[in-house]
Amino acid sequence: MDFDIIFGNAARAAFGPEAVILALAAIGLNVHFGFTGLLNFGQVGFLLLGAYGTSVSVATFGWSLWVGILVGLVLSVALAVALGFPTLRLHAVMFAIVTIAAAEIIRILIGSTDAIGLTGGPLSVSFDAGAFYDLNPYPDGPHDRYGVGTFEFTGQQMWVITVGWVLVALVSLVVFLIVRSPWGRVLKSIREDEDAARSLGKNVFSYKMQALIIGGVIGGMGGVVDAIKTSGADPNGFRPQVTFFAYTALLLGGAATYLGPVLGAILFWFLREWIESFLRQLTAEAWLPDAVADFLSGSEGVISVAMVGLTLVLLMLFRPQGITGNRIEMQLDAR
Amino acid sequence: MRRLLALAGLVLCLVLAWVAPSMAQSGGDADSSQPSVLEGTLRVGFDQFFAGVEITVADQSGTKVGQAVTDSEGQWSVTVPGAGAYRVTLDESTLPEGIGLREGFESTVEVAVTEGASRAVVFAVGEAPKGTPFGERAAQTVFNGLKFGLIIAMSAIGLSLIYGTTGLVNFAHGELVTFGAVIAWYFNSSWGELNLIVAAIVTMIVCGMLGAGLETGLFRPLRHRRLGIFQLVVVTIGLSLLGRQVIQLFFGAEPLPYTDFQVQERWEFGPWAVTPRELVTVAVIIVLLLAVGMMLQWTRFGKATRAVSDNASLAEASGINVNRVVLMVWAMGAALAGLGGVFQGLDTDIDPFLGFQLLLLIFAGVELGGLGTAFGALAGSLIIGMSTEVSTLWISPELKFVVPLAALILVLLFRPQGLFGIKARVG
Repeated sequence: MDFDIIFGNAARAAFGPEAVILALAAIGLNVHFGFTGLLNFGQVGFLLLGAYGTSVSVATFGWSLWVGILVGLVLSVALAVALGFPTLRLHAVMFAIVTIAAAEIIRILIGSTDAIGLTGGPLSVSFDAGAFYDLNPYPDGPHDRYGVGTFEFTGQQMWVITVGWVLVALVSLVVFLIVRSPWGRVLKSIREDEDAARSLGKNVFSYKMQALIIGGVIGGMGGVVDAIKTSGADPNGFRPQVTFFAYTALLLGGAATYLGPVLGAILFWFLREWIESFLRQLTAEAWLPDAVADFLSGSEGVISVAMVGLTLVLLMLFRPQGITGNRIEMQLDAR
Repeated sequence: MRRLLALAGLVLCLVLAWVAPSMAQSGGDADSSQPSVLEGTLRVGFDQFFAGVEITVADQSGTKVGQAVTDSEGQWSVTVPGAGAYRVTLDESTLPEGIGLREGFESTVEVAVTEGASRAVVFAVGEAPKGTPFGERAAQTVFNGLKFGLIIAMSAIGLSLIYGTTGLVNFAHGELVTFGAVIAWYFNSSWGELNLIVAAIVTMIVCGMLGAGLETGLFRPLRHRRLGIFQLVVVTIGLSLLGRQVIQLFFGAEPLPYTDFQVQERWEFGPWAVTPRELVTVAVIIVLLLAVGMMLQWTRFGKATRAVSDNASLAEASGINVNRVVLMVWAMGAALAGLGGVFQGLDTDIDPFLGFQLLLLIFAGVELGGLGTAFGALAGSLIIGMSTEVSTLWISPELKFVVPLAALILVLLFRPQGLFGIKARVG
């Protein structure tokens, strides 16, 4: 049992690109759910469009990466508008189900064999993200490593996560500023009591739409980071559970707080990778009975995701406000 | 095999590209010492594999760099010299009789592979279309749609009654369906080898007990703690993730088939060719739906259930034991959902996502009809089932789940209360 490796893996996951992606998805959800009370269960759709918008622009149409990123973000806005018009007037739970359905529709269409010519379909799509890595200031030789012990990154990874975390910081700052403004107070009032906000003359639909677009674009940025990190996109990476992971991160850190989603995303990946690495090390131990080892080996990932589910249940039962949240703000009745 | 042909019209063959999703694992750094590999599986559905098919790989200039022949499980793989783009060609003449590439797909595909990675290559093959007249195909898809709609409707009963009596939207309902399917598989194919009919009855009992257990052990205490609707929804989402992963842990992610009733002669009724299995499915569900409907209408328990749905506090004040009603609703709903899983598993194959996939359609059916209306949920489910299957007349079966979900969004655009719901101003 080598705890150096376990902690190294966990720390790498906690600060690596996956955590950046999850943090962006969760910040977007925080704007939707935490501040506006919109039960968006289709956040993964925004990530998907961010990732595929970037990948397809470059791979299929041969546009520059920067144009591709813009396309990804514009598509996220388009999804928010298209989704918002029919659904923002719905009952909260119906809104949740429709957003899940919309994200699944997009995933099925993009991943179908009929779409191979455009998006690669089930083959997934890959492109050359060289334009991004050309700007990499970190020397990236085969032996260049940054970090301590087993917690280390290559030059390319360093570049992705530096840009990623700067982006997370900027986005968090923007969210902080707009939510503190009068505009943000209207959002919170809609979350608390929609009818009251309406009776004060606020255009609730318009505010909800703006929140949906802003949160969606932030989710789309997560998708863009994902596309650049993997130099492509795969339909299997955008199943509905990605949205639920983002909810877990958000609720773990604390919904309706500014740093909660970031903290939650870091913790989420740290714990998930810790469990997975720990189990992988455990199955290699000699003292473990063969039957147990056989049962566990190969299922480390399955168990760690099961733990995510368990975390969600326990969080809601014992600490719905998460680590940093305010319990009163989480007394949402989501009518 | 004819079953799948009838289901899909044109059966889809997929090489499953289980490229581990990039978000799932962070430990796997690309290892440049490993060779680059192109690989794939030629199969139709989950149980027909094509052996002895020749696949050739050439580089961009057309120079052949490798060749492979599929094994008994339809698998092939070719190690290529390094990163780059390659042309992979399938020799159509080596495919079995009656099998061909699907319309619109070429026998040569170009793929790019990175250093040290393995890349899955898809050839979409299927049974060559036979000249079935359109009317006959249409009749067949209508029957399939009826069956699928009934399965959705039966699984939806629990979801909609639980919502009606307690206001809980149960996202883990799909996992109850999956649980039914795998438990029946366990009794039928793994342990005990019970006849599937016996196994299905045992499954209903087990699922009913699970439902009752969830109510007494978890949801009743939560109601007493007055958790908000949102918190409850998140609890069920957590349960759904947990349940699915636990099912995958014990039963694996590979599709499982039942032992009984797999190969059946079709009976011809005019334009329909139906297996006895499908007839029994339809008949049993219709009988059960009628029974539930009559029970809700005329029995004491049914009246109590409707009273609780109407107004729980008022029902309690008039002497109805609300907790007991809710407990019964949970047990019954879970048992029916489990049976729905068995029927769905007979129709397709059982995997951990069976229920979650159905869940979205169950929600769609319930919402389409109007949340909280019993008759509406049935009609909505039938519409969802029909539109799913009938759409395969025109579009690829891969895309069939898009149609009902899109229909749901469109209907809500014009009638937010659903087709049969009562108009109430929300939002």
